[in-house]
Amino acid sequence: MNIIFDLKDCLMALLGGSLIGISATLLMLYIGRIAGISGIYLSIFTSNKADKIWRFLFIFGLLTGGFLSSLFLVNPFDSSFSPSLFQMAVAGAIVGLGTQLGSGCTSGHGVCGISRFSQRSIVATFVFIFSGVLTVWIMGV
Amino acid sequence: MSKYIISFLSGLIFSFGLTISGMTLPHKVVGFLNVFRQWDVTLVFVMVGAILIHSFSYFFIKKRASPLLDSQFYLPNKKNIDTRLILGALLFGVGWALSGLCPGPAIVSLASFSPSIIVFMLTMTLSSLIAHRVFR
Repeated sequence: MNIIFDLKDCLMALLGGSLIGISATLLMLYIGRIAGISGIYLSIFTSNKADKIWRFLFIFGLLTGGFLSSLFLVNPFDSSFSPSLFQMAVAGAIVGLGTQLGSGCTSGHGVCGISRFSQRSIVATFVFIFSGVLTVWIMGV
Repeated sequence: MSKYIISFLSGLIFSFGLTISGMTLPHKVVGFLNVFRQWDVTLVFVMVGAILIHSFSYFFIKKRASPLLDSQFYLPNKKNIDTRLILGALLFGVGWALSGLCPGPAIVSLASFSPSIIVFMLTMTLSSLIAHRVFR
């Protein structure tokens, strides 16, 4: 096993992670909601009208941040990992099903749930990291 | 109104967090999952930063009777670890590894207009909608 540790990358990650923590804090402190993106996103389509607006605005904030990042950061979306469109389609479908069955993703379980010391989220996070590691190992990147 | 400003700001800050930390780069995510060959530890620092801040803030927030701009906190009622949770997380991990994407970075990356992101978002949305119908 080789470990890749880039000091600059890891410091930026710590900074970015802190921003994510601040975002989750704002949402919980002000409106009492968990910053779980799969849930917020899907509920734009499924929740009642009064609930749709804040969810839509959160997602709109994500999109706006994406556009601003592409203007001000160096290649924020330029990845060396580029699977086929077919693989992306399959992955998207599995992620959609998995987040619905498992009631959350990396943000809802991994960040917010663990921060609340939720047992379900701690278990879910270990499980999806485990199946992710296994998948990458089998895929052989 | 201020409720909506907070939602937007929160989404904005979240996406900067993802792009600054490199989490919109699928190879960083797959690198983190590649424990047995070349393990990229960057994602660990993202999690540590986010969890340190939010667990600290949540310690104080949970002492409040209600959030600042609403009458109640909206927290999940489920407490038990069931087959659905495990199966869902197992599947999610597989899709996460195949694409290097989870819902947050995928939405933020729509700004790149890359076909693979658009395809991922389409199938993710469709399958969540179907799963939502079937399992709820």
